[in-house]
Amino acid sequence: MYQYFLRRICIMGLTLVVISALVFIIIQLPPGDYLTTYIEELKAQGEVVDPKKITFLRSQYGLDKPMTTQYFVWLVGMLQGDFGYSFEYDLPVTDVVGDRMWLSMILNFATVLFVYMMSFPIGVYSATHQYSWGDHGLTFIGFLGLATPNFLLALILLYFANVWFGTSIGGLMEPEFIDQPWTWGKIKSVLAHLWVPVVVIGTSGTAGMIRRLRANLLDELQKQYVVTGRAKGLGELRLLIKYPMRMALNPFIADIGSLLPQVVSGSVIVSAVMSLPTTGPMLLSALQSQDMYLAGSFLMFLAVLTVIGMFVSDVLLAMLDPRIRLDGGVKR
Amino acid sequence: MSEDLKHFVSSAPFDPVSIEQLTPEQEKYYLASQWQMMWWRFKGHRLAVFAGIVLILSYLSIIISELIAPYALHTRHTDHIYAPPQAIHFMHEGDFVGPFVYPLNYTLNMDTLKREYSENTSEPRSIRFLCSGDPYEFWGLFDASFHFVCPDKKGTLFLMGTDRLGRDMLSRLIYGARISLTVGLIGITISFILGITIGGMAGYFGGWVDSSVQRVIEILKSLPELPLWMALSAALPANWSPLLIYLGITIILGLLDWPGLARAVRSKLLALREEDYAVAARLMGSTPKHIIGRHLLPNFMSHLIASATLSVPSMILGETALSFLGLGLRPPITSWGVLLSEAQNIESVALYPWLMVPMLPVVIIVLAFNFLGDGLRDAADPYD
Repeated sequence: MYQYFLRRICIMGLTLVVISALVFIIIQLPPGDYLTTYIEELKAQGEVVDPKKITFLRSQYGLDKPMTTQYFVWLVGMLQGDFGYSFEYDLPVTDVVGDRMWLSMILNFATVLFVYMMSFPIGVYSATHQYSWGDHGLTFIGFLGLATPNFLLALILLYFANVWFGTSIGGLMEPEFIDQPWTWGKIKSVLAHLWVPVVVIGTSGTAGMIRRLRANLLDELQKQYVVTGRAKGLGELRLLIKYPMRMALNPFIADIGSLLPQVVSGSVIVSAVMSLPTTGPMLLSALQSQDMYLAGSFLMFLAVLTVIGMFVSDVLLAMLDPRIRLDGGVKR
Repeated sequence: MSEDLKHFVSSAPFDPVSIEQLTPEQEKYYLASQWQMMWWRFKGHRLAVFAGIVLILSYLSIIISELIAPYALHTRHTDHIYAPPQAIHFMHEGDFVGPFVYPLNYTLNMDTLKREYSENTSEPRSIRFLCSGDPYEFWGLFDASFHFVCPDKKGTLFLMGTDRLGRDMLSRLIYGARISLTVGLIGITISFILGITIGGMAGYFGGWVDSSVQRVIEILKSLPELPLWMALSAALPANWSPLLIYLGITIILGLLDWPGLARAVRSKLLALREEDYAVAARLMGSTPKHIIGRHLLPNFMSHLIASATLSVPSMILGETALSFLGLGLRPPITSWGVLLSEAQNIESVALYPWLMVPMLPVVIIVLAFNFLGDGLRDAADPYD
């Protein structure tokens, strides 16, 4: 177990290094850099740009160094908690980001929790009542949830909130708490606002999860040991909870690997639509204005979030299921 | 003694296979090709067949968008900005006059600054069919003005309302299908080619090729798709022509989708390459490319097609999301995502809710692809 843990951590570290290189390449892809855009802007306003100032700025921001050096400076800086400099806000990235990363994390975590809490009972109901009206209805809703992109769902909710209540349900807290230190009141306000984006982001994940859980459980329910248990006079509920449900639980945890990237993706676009103070809207504007370090650290943060989440799910799965080989000796 | 035994000898001519004779149905079943059996199985899924028909009709419609749409793509009606959908009526003052709409009267509400339209029920404007109306260029090739449906010569026909420039939403939806529906197809082609090549190499050669491909897949799978798409499409130069941007977006969508397919191909190939016929082909000197493409892939091509069908919707949604955020396609290209990006301003949506109409085709097409994919997946393995 201990060895598996260590090996898994090593793999995670390597993955993150590769991802950081990938992210760095991606944010370098647009032609030119922030300074060229900035200079263009100044020129368009009719200002004369002193070439000396440009070279000064270039060396100031390290844009004159070769790419590999820039990458390593960025990587080492990130490890020390320095995420670089945001050109657009003229502030270090850590100051610009502020609470956003925490709020993003809370949002994503709450969504995953929601997906599990919703899909588990519904999935079990659907499987044990296969082809009943409830099952058909839930399946239909599930398909609809899968097919409706979550940003459209957000739009629809915003629309109805506007028409029915005349208010906006965007945002994650009451306006008076924005940029305030964390207090009890602020936490309560965040929790009160959190459920809308959580439901919106979680819907498609929940729909997918229900379908998978239903399929898994249906497979298990037809196995011999269930029949044996029933023949021996075990009560239906007890039988269900004691055996097949535990078997169907494994893929449930393993699925976090596909659920997390989906939730993170969803939260980015839903936050942009509902203007939540999370990483989504800022990532969007940073990408649009080529604020490379800001965009890069957001991308990196989202990737780290998913990779760590997957690590946790792997470890959990290894602890829960004794059949999983820990030494990984078998390749195929 | 031998005279006592009575032998019965049939006088009918001897037929050695009479016992094994098959009924015509059985014969048809046993002689059917794999694709034939898949088709029979697929036909059993009502929902999948229906979804398939919906998809075929939608894809056929993009060939003749110009004919179906009542207006051309960029036609503006400056005196009908944000006009609401016009309802089709049949009865006018108790008489049946065929399908018609009532013209709209425009007033500006000076309190809310909302554009208000009211129906002028005194003069019905009948809808014309198979008629000559708004001129257009058919696929940019030649000028024409033939439509299946057109408004009355003096009237208007906005079945789904108009947008902020007074353009007919329904026509724009029909034209938008051209872009939105093809994005997924081109993207899936790219990801299909990548997935088969990379997965095929990994599965066939094994060893370090396999393990490095596996690592790459793991990394790509652990990245959230949308932020990556956003970053890549933000990297497309702004001065590219609309067509190049369109191609760029499809390539981006396809580039990140292949890992799933590659994984499926790999795991199948790992098992299949040990089969006798694969060994025989190798011993007779076939190249790996030939063995994979000719002997191994056809074994599970149907599975691959089914799973590809299931990943088309994510591409359509990806394009919609990117365009909605303003990072994907940009006007003058018209896709459903571009149309929806007009609905981003929630205040204007609250006043003019028909701006959200492009959601409908998106949801319908995505649902149809899901149902079709489910049916195909069940039919893909007709022998079990």
